[in-house]
Amino acid sequence: MNQIVNSSDRPRYINPYFGGVLLGLLLLLTFYITGRGLGASGAIKSAVVTTVDKVAPQHAESNTYMKSFISDDHSPMYNWLVFESFGVFIGGLLSGALFGRIKKLRIEKSPKISNKTRLIAAGIGGVLFGIGSQFGRGCSSGAALAGTASLSFGGLVVMLFMFGTGYAVAYFFRKLWI
Amino acid sequence: MGPLIPQGIIPMGWDFVIALLIGIAFGFILEASGFSSSRNITGVFYGYNFVVLRVFFTAVVVAMIGLQYFDYFGWLDLNQIYVLPTFLSPMIVGAVIMGVGFIIGGFCPGTSYTAIAIGKIDAMVFTGGLFLGIFLFSEFFPFFEQFYYSDNMGNITIGEFLGISNLMFTMIFTAIAVIAFYVTWLIEKRVRKNHEEYKF
Repeated sequence: MNQIVNSSDRPRYINPYFGGVLLGLLLLLTFYITGRGLGASGAIKSAVVTTVDKVAPQHAESNTYMKSFISDDHSPMYNWLVFESFGVFIGGLLSGALFGRIKKLRIEKSPKISNKTRLIAAGIGGVLFGIGSQFGRGCSSGAALAGTASLSFGGLVVMLFMFGTGYAVAYFFRKLWI
Repeated sequence: MGPLIPQGIIPMGWDFVIALLIGIAFGFILEASGFSSSRNITGVFYGYNFVVLRVFFTAVVVAMIGLQYFDYFGWLDLNQIYVLPTFLSPMIVGAVIMGVGFIIGGFCPGTSYTAIAIGKIDAMVFTGGLFLGIFLFSEFFPFFEQFYYSDNMGNITIGEFLGISNLMFTMIFTAIAVIAFYVTWLIEKRVRKNHEEYKF
């Protein structure tokens, strides 16, 4: 069937359709319990607002964007998505431990590029994703996945344009991956 | 009848405990499906690994159909579900920026957290980039504040926009997903034949 990859050095991942069904049921359960979907980028936004608010409170208060996430009675870290994202990290840790994927610190990259190139690319990609997720009102989790599943038109738009752009520019960045 | 927390059936005090538990399940599924590997993820753009499309589309279809059924059985009031509001132009711009970030960085925010958990340095740098990106956005917010709030279409659903029922759209989306599963399976088989250097 697949001559290239030996079954011995192939990591054990669950069947993707099974994973998809589990993720879909989890998303459904999340809507049923909380009335909202899953998310991820919101936790980093809370971290940014908290940091700026601690380092330069006046500056944070004068910023029209950050101000909307600051409240007098609790920290911006006291937020649903922060707890959920912390859970995502723990869940990754559990799965990684169960399937034997937790190893020493390492960098994953195409053999054609250096570690430095990979890290610079990862950093730039993160910055872009951070900026884009604010304009998009969410990232692949909150907007594309949960948004589309709850039939939000904006969620569908984010999904189509995110993946569409990925395909449109993939050719130019192929050395990073293949 | 759901949603349980907004209806007061589960007290608000449980909110964060539930958030943590849901997050753990979310992270577990992402990691177990192979999303802690950036080369697995970007395979969807080069045809050698469509795991992202399979997991993502299956999850959307399951949740979408599930929500409609829950509503039909009277278990869940869809009117009380949060529908992400649509700000058309800024969301298109945001999605395009995220698409480029996806290809260059190889992760999205949720997947990068699970990759950090298993020791990927590139994921740590990616998450640092997220922090910097959101910080830059906030700092320069006044320059594009007007654009950010432009094109507000409210909490419009896909069915409302297309002028069809949401049930009809769910059916169309499910059909598209099934076709996509088959076509990408064919593509993946072809690409992998000529793709010696890729190892999971």
